[in-house]
Formats: sequence, structure tokens, C-alpha cells
Amino acid sequence: MAKVIYKLEDDISTDIIYPGRYMATVLPTETPQYCFDDITDLNKMLNSKQVPDGSIILAGKNFGCGSSREQAASTLKGHNLIIVARNFARIFLQNSVNLGLQTVSCPEIDAKVGDELEISDKKVVNKTTGKAFDVIPLQKAQQEIVEAGGLIAYTRKRLMEK
Amino acid sequence: MKQTLVQKILARASGKQFVSVGEIVEPKVDLAMSHENAALVMNQFQEIYSGTGLEPNVWDAKRIAIIFDHRVPAESKKTATNQKKIRNFVQAQGIEKFHDIRGDEMGICHQILPEYGYVRPGYVVVGTDSHTTSHGALGAFAFGIGATEMAAVWTLGSVLNVPVPATIKVIANGKFSPFVQPKDLILYLIGKISAEGANFKVLEYHGSAFKSMNTSGRLTVSNMSVEAGATSGIVPADEETLRYLREVAGVKENIEIVTPDEDAEYDSIVVIDVNTLEPQIACPHTVDNVKPVTALEGLEVQQIVIGSCTNGRLDDLETAANIIKGKKVAKNTRMLIFPASTRIYQEAMDKGYLSTLLKAGAVIMNPGCGPCLGVHQGALGDGEVALSTTNRNFKGRMGNPNSDVYLCSPAVAAASAITGKITDPRKGA
Repeated sequence: MAKVIYKLEDDISTDIIYPGRYMATVLPTETPQYCFDDITDLNKMLNSKQVPDGSIILAGKNFGCGSSREQAASTLKGHNLIIVARNFARIFLQNSVNLGLQTVSCPEIDAKVGDELEISDKKVVNKTTGKAFDVIPLQKAQQEIVEAGGLIAYTRKRLMEK
Repeated sequence: MKQTLVQKILARASGKQFVSVGEIVEPKVDLAMSHENAALVMNQFQEIYSGTGLEPNVWDAKRIAIIFDHRVPAESKKTATNQKKIRNFVQAQGIEKFHDIRGDEMGICHQILPEYGYVRPGYVVVGTDSHTTSHGALGAFAFGIGATEMAAVWTLGSVLNVPVPATIKVIANGKFSPFVQPKDLILYLIGKISAEGANFKVLEYHGSAFKSMNTSGRLTVSNMSVEAGATSGIVPADEETLRYLREVAGVKENIEIVTPDEDAEYDSIVVIDVNTLEPQIACPHTVDNVKPVTALEGLEVQQIVIGSCTNGRLDDLETAANIIKGKKVAKNTRMLIFPASTRIYQEAMDKGYLSTLLKAGAVIMNPGCGPCLGVHQGALGDGEVALSTTNRNFKGRMGNPNSDVYLCSPAVAAASAITGKITDPRKGA
């Protein structure tokens, strides 16, 4: 079970998640400091190191729209967050799968900051309100990448099989 | 055989006769493009090979293109060092489709690829840039991927895990009125179907408006297809595509044309009447917040930007020069021009467009992405408003979350530069 620490609106772009001015910073070890840099209170909270691993950021539809910058996934992964959204933009979702950032597509999700959510493959249960919501699962091929430990490990395996 | 254009391209690239929507394929890649983010791709590529005992060599150096455009010339030591590392990698791997910061070859990746004939109809093109959708203008299936996915492509030569996308057929019939442009068409479409209206899907463009549109206009439409969430925005190749590839890109080899089947099955059909289309504006902070220019006339702007992979081509600069000729950029308004490539820069210079713009008070910048992504060259001050021919108006996009970006065509941008306010180019300025 994990707590919702922040709630965001629809159409959160990769420019909001990881502003373009930091794009010259590429390494996953260095990107977390700039996470949501223009949402000052959220950035401060994440960088305070007070946020427990597996905490949830809740968002609306089309989360991660815009740029293909992988830093948007690595910066969130670096803070060990789980992103629960109504749905995700394609490239961001694939980048998350590839890097091992946990995303949960939950079209009907209804929760607020402070609520405790229990996430399984098929449902998100809001323990605070008692309501349950269906989850749209990852495709099988994406699941295989997750199970392999991410795209680097998966590609390495494929390379060695060649 | 009931296949859309993308199904046909993916079937060919996956060694199949037919692929169904939703089927997972691993298409061979014809062209893999990166820009400065090749620095991250290189890092992930080395990671894949780490511990394997194998030498990390790319699968096919001829099929990789690397173009510096996002931060040129470098704005920081970090960028300069990344660019240096990429240059070394390019040399070690023998990558020839490399465009460095030079006046005889540089430009925005989405302009360089068509201009140099690197993209052909029917190709599978991937790029570590979301606006890779641009190359659908030449009848290719072109889509954006992340850096780790690109590292996998550099390793294996194919894209893993590609679900064959459903296709929305867009039919745009009619003629553009004076001062109404392809940019207005794509803004209108995004407003109509929303920023996620084509998420995980492909937009396939048909109708008389596309038949009579030049490749420059098609590039604008395909480029911004991703702003409706589309995986790709594709115009079936035709005589115009051949003309462009022969006459502009100088392609000599045989060019094969791939077209969708007559009886292809589409997810849905969207029809647009171009005859009645007006100039459009995408308002802050989402690209689907689209209104006709008439709803925003008079709004003061401090910065006008004409350029980018969306609208930095020769005909865009011609439009702007014709409108502004003999007039002046308004006081307290900055007008920045970014030709999309040095070739366009040279041609615009030869034709006198740059001189016209310069005399009017515009600043002519070097080819590149410029302020579009808020890294350098034209950041906005607190509370300022930009009117730009670029493709995104997200909060903070031009480097300042306390500013507004409105998106428009080159005609609207040029007319508004003269008045310092959003202006309908049909009414004269």
C-alpha cells in the first residue's frame, strides 16, 4: 500500500516533468534533482529525501505528452515513484517500461492527496474511500521487458541469443 | 489485401505479407536518427554490451544519422562536452550521415533528413525525437522513441515490441484561402480531435488539399501530428514526393512508391473542409487549445518566432518576407528568424528574404531548434507572450513557466510582428 503525495491535472507534458533547460544532463543518476523543477513545492518535497519509496503521484489523462526525452522517465524512476494516471502518452509509457518506472493506467481513478492506494495487476483500491478501479494492463510484449528487468537487460539477452 | 499504409510498411519490414492491427512486430529499421541526445543513447548502448565480452559496434553505420540541432552552437560546457563525445563516437563507428555545426551542412534533423534524401517512401524511420513524425510527409512510417530504445536499435537493427497501430483516415478537401496555410490545417485538426485524440494511432492524410500541397506543407502537418498523440502522421507518396526527392534532395536511385489498399480498414475517418478554414492559434498551455485568429486579435506579444522543424522552410520565410516587406517590426516586439537548415538560409539569402526581414527589424539566427524547447536563444521574461510558428506551447516551453506561448502560421506571425499584437493576416497589417 502506498500514499498519494501529489495530484496533477491532465496533459502533464515532459517539459513539466523534466524541463528542456536540463536536457544536457542525461545520466539517470543525475536527472532526479530536476524532477518537476517548475512545480517548486513538488520538486522541494522530492529532493528533501523525506518521500518514501513507492509513493504515488496521481495524474489525469495524457500524462507524459510531448517530447521523447527519456529523462522524464529516469527522473521519476530516480525518486522511486509510482505514477497512477487516467492514461499515458505513448512514448513516455514505452520509456517507463524500458527503464522500469512503474506506471498504472487507471481511467476512472478517484483519489486525493493523502489517500492510501493498493495497486494490483487488475485493480487500484482506494483504501481511504473503499472504492476500486479497473487497471488497463501493459501489453504482453511490454510485460516481457519489465520481467527481464528493463530494455537494457532484455536487449542484452537478445544480443547474446543472436 | 485491406491494409493501411502503415500496415503495408510494417508487413514489408517484418518479412510478412500481412499484419493485423494490434499484432506485435519487430520491424527492421531503415533509418535511425538522433541529435544531441545521442549522448544518452551511447551511454545506454555501452550498458547493453557491458559484461557480454562483445565489442560494442552499431548494427549498420550507414543507417544511422546524427544531427546536431538542439543546442547549436553549444550553450554550456556540458552540451559542448556531450557534442565532443558524440563526434568521437561518430568517427569511431564510421557514421557518415553526421551533420556537425558547420555552415555547409547543419540544420534541424527533421529538415536535414528529407533535404539530403535520407528518407524514402515505405521506410521505417525511428528517431530519438517526438517530431520524427515529420518524415511521414514522404510516405515513411516514422516515429519517436526513447534513448534506450534507440540503443536497442543500434544493437539489433530492429525495433522491439511494436504493436501495429490503428489508423485514422483524415480527408481534407478544398483549397486554402489566401493567408491560410497547412499549419492552420494541422492546428485545426489537433483542436478537433484533442491532444490525445490519436494516441497510439496513426494519422493517414488524404484529400485534394493534400494532393495539391507541397512537401514543405506536408512536413508541417506530419511534424505536428504527434501533438494529437499520433505515433505517426503519414501522407501516401505521390508525384509530389518524387518531385521533391529528385529535384530538391537529388536522389538518383529508383524510388518505390507504397500506397494504402483501396479497401483498407480505418479506425475512424475525419473530414475537413479546407475552403472554409481560417487562420488558427493554439493558446497556452496545450496544443489542442485552438481558436480562430479572429478570437485573439489585439493580444499584445513581445516575441515573434518564425522557424523550427515545423515552419522554418523556404516558403515559410517567403511568406513572412512578403508580408513584412517595406514595413517594420513593432516597437517592444522582438522578431527572431530561424531558417531550418543552412541550405534554406543560403536560398533565403539569395532570394532576398533575409535582407527584407533584417531591414524590417528581425534578427536572423543560425539554423537550429532555437528557443522552441527553452534551452537558449530567445528565452521569455516573466509575464511575456510569444507568438511562434513552432510546435509546442506547454507551460515553460520557452524557458519560463511564467510566460505564455501561442502557436500560429508564418503568415499570422509576420502580420503580428508589424503590429505587436495578434493580427489576422487576411486583413493586412
